[in-house]
Amino acid sequence: MPLQVISGNYAQAYAAKLARVQVISAYPITPQTTIVEKLADFVASGELPAEYIKVESEHSAMQVCISAASLGARTYTASSSQGLLLMHELLHWASGIRAPIVMGVANRAIAPPLSIWTDHSDTIAQRDTGWIQYYAESNQEVLDTALMAFRLAEHDDVRLPAMITEDAFYLSHTVEPVDVPSQEQADAFLPPYKARDILRPGEAARLGSYIGPDLYMEFRYKVARAMTRVPGVMAAVEEEYERITGRNHGGPLPTYRADDADAVLITMGTATTTARSVVDALRARGEKVALAKLRVFRPLPMHELRELARTVDRIGVLDRSYTGGLVGAAYSEVAGAMFPARERPLLRNFIAGLGGRDITPPMVETMYRRLLDGSDSEVEWIGLKERKEVTVDG
Amino acid sequence: MTSYEAQEDLPEVCIATESSEDVYKTASWRTQRPVIRLEACTKCNVCWKFCPDVAIELNADGYPVVRLDYCKGCGICAEECKPRAIDMVKEG
Repeated sequence: MPLQVISGNYAQAYAAKLARVQVISAYPITPQTTIVEKLADFVASGELPAEYIKVESEHSAMQVCISAASLGARTYTASSSQGLLLMHELLHWASGIRAPIVMGVANRAIAPPLSIWTDHSDTIAQRDTGWIQYYAESNQEVLDTALMAFRLAEHDDVRLPAMITEDAFYLSHTVEPVDVPSQEQADAFLPPYKARDILRPGEAARLGSYIGPDLYMEFRYKVARAMTRVPGVMAAVEEEYERITGRNHGGPLPTYRADDADAVLITMGTATTTARSVVDALRARGEKVALAKLRVFRPLPMHELRELARTVDRIGVLDRSYTGGLVGAAYSEVAGAMFPARERPLLRNFIAGLGGRDITPPMVETMYRRLLDGSDSEVEWIGLKERKEVTVDG
Repeated sequence: MTSYEAQEDLPEVCIATESSEDVYKTASWRTQRPVIRLEACTKCNVCWKFCPDVAIELNADGYPVVRLDYCKGCGICAEECKPRAIDMVKEG
């Protein structure tokens, strides 16, 4: 298959088309809009025989997907920022009734002040909704991961919704060469969705309705157990995907030059590409630095993170979000995962790139410098505009 | 669903074919109950319409009957009743 030069948003749309989604519902919001515009094109031209249901809000879009999934349809939607926040209540419903909805998210900052640019705060704020969360670094990864997400979400041992996030504009509107699998490959990888425990017309049943204190906890436990089964299924799905397409993306926490590293920086999304180039530059100067890409945030790759803590003394976490805590969300999660380790590494948190500010190589180099020098501050905002003292010579 | 003793016996997804009112009697927190004086009732059905819990049904003669398994004692029926035919009486 020749490479196609497409945006991250089109990579999402191609993945949904290759997955033969049956119901799409969405409400436009920048920078996600061209995902569902492209899907509308596919439906209008007859290339994708799906129901495309127009709604008045993101809340309704998610409700349509939940209802369609409750009747056994393969569903897809997409959103960003405030639109995703409006969906929040229903995201819990989707996971709670075990609807394997797949959603594309173009990560965008949360207002105020209003910003349309890259920031992970919108999806990080959904980390407690019971959704699987992937963070992609490239348009190829967006497409491959979205296809894998259908297979994972629908797996009998999982049955949980999944979101595939991509950085606004860096991926959503930037074109890259992408190897788009053929429909035959996609069909070989992803069989039609065989739904279980769904509503059927003509048969009275209730799904996710009132339950007393006698049984509520048990159903939450079942969701928790399904989450613990995700890593194993995810690995098997990626293996199968590689068998058919020749590509894998290295599991939930792929590392780069980490074998003998003095310091590792954990990144999410496109900042990973920048950080990789900084690793190479610093390695060329003899500094043993490395990188780990947190590709899956839910469920958090506990095993891989603990393994990293066992082998590296200094670990930094780059949060491209700020969600109101004293430290960044990814940092607190990583620190929590590593805390039970017998010998805990030095952990530092860097908050950078909010609201679309570029994370530049010098910024990443500063992060490595702080790690190698053992900076005193646990959390540091990197790239913040601050008044500098100016010394005038003479 | 109340017959399940252990989480292992429950279905993976919270789906059920029986109605929730068959399983759950939801009136345990009631502190007062509506008592209808039928001699004052005009069969206007206003109580039946206003009950937020569908806990009032109409009998064959068209008189309201409170389903005490589900009535939570909110008193809306008594408040709305035009001929003041419903008294809220404290539960024992």
